[in-house]
Amino acid sequence: MTRRLGLILPILLIIGWEIVATIVNNPFFLPKLETVIPVLLSPFSDILGTGSLVDNALVSIERVVLGFTLAAAVAIPVGIGMGRFSVLNDFFDVTIEILRPVPPLAWVPLALAWFKIGIVSIVFIIFIGAVFPILLNTVDGVRGVKNTWIEVGTTLGASERQILTKVVLPGAAPTIWTGLRVGFGISWMCVVAAEILPGPTSGLGYLIMYAYNLGQINVIIAGIIVIGLIGLVIDLGFKAVEKRCFGWRGLER
Amino acid sequence: MTLTINDVSRTFTSEKGETIEALSHISLAVNNEEFICILGPSGCGKTTVLRIIAGLESASAGSVSVDGEPVTRPSPKMAMIFQEYSLYPWRTVMENVALGLELKGMKKPDRLAAAEKYLDLVGLKGFEHSYPHELSGGMRQRVAVARALAIEPSILLMDEPFGALDAQTRNRMQHELLGIWEKTKKTVVFVTHSVDEAVFLADRIVVLTQRPGRIKEIVTIPSARPRERTSDEFGQIRRHLLNMIREESDLVQ
Repeated sequence: MTRRLGLILPILLIIGWEIVATIVNNPFFLPKLETVIPVLLSPFSDILGTGSLVDNALVSIERVVLGFTLAAAVAIPVGIGMGRFSVLNDFFDVTIEILRPVPPLAWVPLALAWFKIGIVSIVFIIFIGAVFPILLNTVDGVRGVKNTWIEVGTTLGASERQILTKVVLPGAAPTIWTGLRVGFGISWMCVVAAEILPGPTSGLGYLIMYAYNLGQINVIIAGIIVIGLIGLVIDLGFKAVEKRCFGWRGLER
Repeated sequence: MTLTINDVSRTFTSEKGETIEALSHISLAVNNEEFICILGPSGCGKTTVLRIIAGLESASAGSVSVDGEPVTRPSPKMAMIFQEYSLYPWRTVMENVALGLELKGMKKPDRLAAAEKYLDLVGLKGFEHSYPHELSGGMRQRVAVARALAIEPSILLMDEPFGALDAQTRNRMQHELLGIWEKTKKTVVFVTHSVDEAVFLADRIVVLTQRPGRIKEIVTIPSARPRERTSDEFGQIRRHLLNMIREESDLVQ
């Protein structure tokens, strides 16, 4: 029932769009639905000489995976250290609190100065976007591991290393996973934004900006729909794993 | 097996910088296969005594030794059972019980077979693959007991293990614990604030005073088990203990 309720607004939006588009009758302002659907239905055909929707989507996904993986590889170990040892937390905390509020896109000029136009700059921006939510959630997750769980491990003879792998990591895993999910969402926003900026010659962000320059509003809308759908599917994937592996969360007794 | 607590005192510093004396000159020699209850008003430091025995905290003065060896950290000769929240919610009942053996590096089939044996002993056959949140409070504490027994310690340390259970479950668990104790021949140090529980279980009851906790009296219970809670003898001992505890509580008010 809730699912059906949720479908009403998108349908109304589409109907409203079609009505307005018909009244306006200007494809350079708001194209009609029937000019967007063909773009979506032929995802493998070349668009305006920039490659197909699928080609560009794959490029964007590849960049996100690179930047995101790098962010996770840095944020999770550092977060575990900060969560376990207050010395490390005190050491990193001020720096993180200063850097965290800076929007990832504010790093673009610096990224260009350091890494020039190209994949390294884009990956860097994605890294900046993803690293903080993963880090903060990891710290939270590790701090949320109940002291009794650690003491049980110790009294059963666990070494420091075993406490980490058998108690702290599995105990913090659900919260770390939430951090990864949020981090991936931000990565996805960052890649599209970074691709819109001057420089890149591929990716979904580049595609929609290029379409704008050529006045192809229908391609822009098709691109936005694809960007939204990919984000949605990935988020559903994260949620599915969460439900399957971390169903115990909130049921600690 | 010998467990000796030799003139243990414990002080700690409050946030205001005051030195607070929690335990003062506790000495006790526990006999092999003896069931000791530590009884005292809340805040008297009885849990601290147990944690010092377990090696989870250190004494400010004095020492604890097991078989002549001083205890400085948790030892495989002892296993601790906590009041609650001690099971790992991401592990099945069987995996919880097998953890101590897993930490020792025992092979999976062997440790699962051992876990099975102890689950059988605590009456949880058939629940091997359940998760802790699917069990009642009493069943969860049985799992905790099985997990402690699985590492084959000679001493069981129990910190108000039935404190969070309802009265009926609590009585049943006390019965079953005595059964397990008789079968497995462990030495037990059991912390409780329930006079009734102590009289029902113990060979000797160590009564602590208000903070700083000192040994007020050690009461030997001569009655044979199973003890009848409604008998005159039970009532007399209970009255004696209740008077002692009341004296202590009145001191604070």
